[in-house]
Amino acid sequence: MRYPDVVVVGSGVIGAACAEALSAAGAGVTVLDRGPLGAGTSAAGEGNVLVSDKGPGPELDLALASLRRWPALLDELGVDVEWDAKGGLVVATGDEAAKALLGFAADQRPEGVDARVVTPDEAHEREPHLTPAVVAAVHYPQDAQLQPVLVTKALLAAVRRRGGTLRPGVRATGLRRRDDRVVAVRTAGGDVPCGIVVNACGPWSGEVSAAFGAPITVLPRRGVILVTAALPPTVRHKVYDADYVGAVASGDADLQISTVVESTAGGTVLIGSSRQRVGFDDSIRVEVLRALARRAVGLFPVLADVPVVRAYGGFRPYAPDHLPVVGADPRCAGLWHATGHEGAGIGLAAATGRLLTELVTGAEPHLDPTPFRVDRPGVLG
Amino acid sequence: MRVVVVGGGPAGLAAADAAVRAGAEVVLVDSEPWPGGQYHRGTPQRVDSRVRHLASSTVWAVEGLRLHVRRGPADSPHRTPHVLDADAVVLATGAHDRVVPFPGWDLPGVYTAGAAQALAKGQGVAVGTRVVVSGTGPFLLPVAESLVRVGTQVLEVLEANAFSTWARYPHTLANVGKLGELARYAGVLGRHRIPVRTRAAVVAAHGDDRVTAVTVARLRPDWSVVDGTRRRVAVDAVCVGHGFTPRLELAVGLGCRLVDGFVAVDATGATSVPGVYAAGEVTGIGGADLAAAEGAVAGSAAARAPEPPIAAMRAVRRGRRFAMALVAAHPVGGGRHGWLLADTVVCRCEEVTAHDLDVALDRGAADVRTLKLASRAGLGLCQGRVCGREVADLAAARLGHPLPDADAFHRRPLATPLRLGELADTPLLPEEDL
Repeated sequence: MRYPDVVVVGSGVIGAACAEALSAAGAGVTVLDRGPLGAGTSAAGEGNVLVSDKGPGPELDLALASLRRWPALLDELGVDVEWDAKGGLVVATGDEAAKALLGFAADQRPEGVDARVVTPDEAHEREPHLTPAVVAAVHYPQDAQLQPVLVTKALLAAVRRRGGTLRPGVRATGLRRRDDRVVAVRTAGGDVPCGIVVNACGPWSGEVSAAFGAPITVLPRRGVILVTAALPPTVRHKVYDADYVGAVASGDADLQISTVVESTAGGTVLIGSSRQRVGFDDSIRVEVLRALARRAVGLFPVLADVPVVRAYGGFRPYAPDHLPVVGADPRCAGLWHATGHEGAGIGLAAATGRLLTELVTGAEPHLDPTPFRVDRPGVLG
Repeated sequence: MRVVVVGGGPAGLAAADAAVRAGAEVVLVDSEPWPGGQYHRGTPQRVDSRVRHLASSTVWAVEGLRLHVRRGPADSPHRTPHVLDADAVVLATGAHDRVVPFPGWDLPGVYTAGAAQALAKGQGVAVGTRVVVSGTGPFLLPVAESLVRVGTQVLEVLEANAFSTWARYPHTLANVGKLGELARYAGVLGRHRIPVRTRAAVVAAHGDDRVTAVTVARLRPDWSVVDGTRRRVAVDAVCVGHGFTPRLELAVGLGCRLVDGFVAVDATGATSVPGVYAAGEVTGIGGADLAAAEGAVAGSAAARAPEPPIAAMRAVRRGRRFAMALVAAHPVGGGRHGWLLADTVVCRCEEVTAHDLDVALDRGAADVRTLKLASRAGLGLCQGRVCGREVADLAAARLGHPLPDADAFHRRPLATPLRLGELADTPLLPEEDL
């Protein structure tokens, strides 16, 4: 079967994964990005592939599907993207947090999450520098990390190898339709004819969908990460404090901090992460940096003397109900969206690309797409 | 009306002085223990007693006109935090040496010209006994002179460009009084029979655990090596300086517009951000006299002085002509990329080689952010202060077009490193009893 030519707008990890899967299915794919390739949200994160932070529900299903897909996909790509199945360790320092953590883990286990309760002593064996204040801990061996810039580049390279076209620096300004079907994407450099358009613009998906005449609600949430100087091995897993889950699921507070401390291949320690609704304002907030530092020193007191050399941030795309948006736009035949993955886009990309491709080609979807449909309250219009 | 001046070199001192004369409350924040900056190192300058001088203090973050400061020696665990709210800020953060990489430039014994001069002028320490000075710009002459003063045998001074370009600007030189200064340095070098060669450079350094010899070669105008002109010179130290890189992190953090890699200012020193002024090398490389004149202009504008400082403004106009001549006469030639070998380290903090950069470029990195993450260049302790510009230039040369976000190497929301514990304890609001 020959599919109508596809234009993917946005070359972050979600756009790249969609383009890769579509091209593998035989579609002729062109990827447009108004800036350099993969240089937005995908270049500003930690590269998380997590199940530990997700409770039972459609996002966990997508995460588990993605976790199953990543190893094979990376194998097909054949590029080292610093995949590290280092596992996660979630720790609680108060009785209330401990209770919530153990309850959360118990709910996750029947869904297929490997969530192993460990004693504080075992937690210290895994992480010798961890605060002695830990009262409960859960080990998640499935949590992994990869280098998001490398994986995005590898996905895009596969698209090009299959004859696809990558066009950085080309801004999509609108759609050309005939009889309510997409026939081309308008750009400053002329129309790009196609039968299918995928809006994968992350936090900018809202404004791009509006320019396409089919607005969806996807909003930015600012996140900041601190980076220390390179250290001898100090932190072995991804280590979170137990209130991480609460911050991901909630959209209420203006500033939320959920501590994530981990080492990178280069020996630096990454300290995340904040969630703040400030639009696209990227100016520094000392209050945010301080809150990150306090929580990190709380988890690993030894880090107090370590120099912080860098702070960087980006914008996560979220829908009002905090679920990804993957599916066809009901108002315009040929327009699809793949966005709204908040802070989990790297991890969710593999299954998102596959699901979108199944929906576009009419194949049997490998998981229930209904929760991610575009036509749902708060997302449409 | 409180004016905070950041930087205690010639520009910052003049700005503080002008602002306090205009009746403003002035705080001078400087990272050095003694006022004067690199130019006056070893001969501390006087600061008006009405100026509150915060020595050994660094601004590590800016939130609009709120400055976050740590005071105390950089490696001390007992630095104190200060938060300053300003009505106007004058950025006089200066510049540091620019060094272009060449094989062996990361060996011990290879110094930046500025570091060698600082050791000689500040501590009376000689970096070596047999030394070659190489690079471009008139700054090489005072560096060589300060080495001679501490007893170093300077074997030769190599200027990669040609001084003949200066002949086109005799009036400019005479106007700003530079001829006398240059003649004085030339006189010292002449008395010690130190040859000054143009269109020549150190293109490689050799040695096992420290430099023992350098390769000197003649250059074409684009700085590519003339075949058959390489010769080896035995040394125990090398000083290299290829111009200067402005310290832009605070200006970028405040959102100031840049033009050609420097802070854009109007005739009063005002940047594109209301209440933020800039003076000295962050606005363009032009030397201490121009910096001081710019400081006087910016300081009085920041303090809203009733009378414009006419004489200083005239000196700025004259000095800027000199600065433009300087830029025209001492370009950094693109042929220098040919000095690199595949295994030459480009980013020293992360030990990224020229080959590693090529691999990242081959994989499709075409912007600074991606290039950094794909190669690790600029991600280490210095955060690209040393290598950022070279990495951007080298990538642009390889790709055949400039990187779209070449200024991104100046983006450092944390303007200087600080300990995680200091960050955890930092106050958010000013204490009025500073």
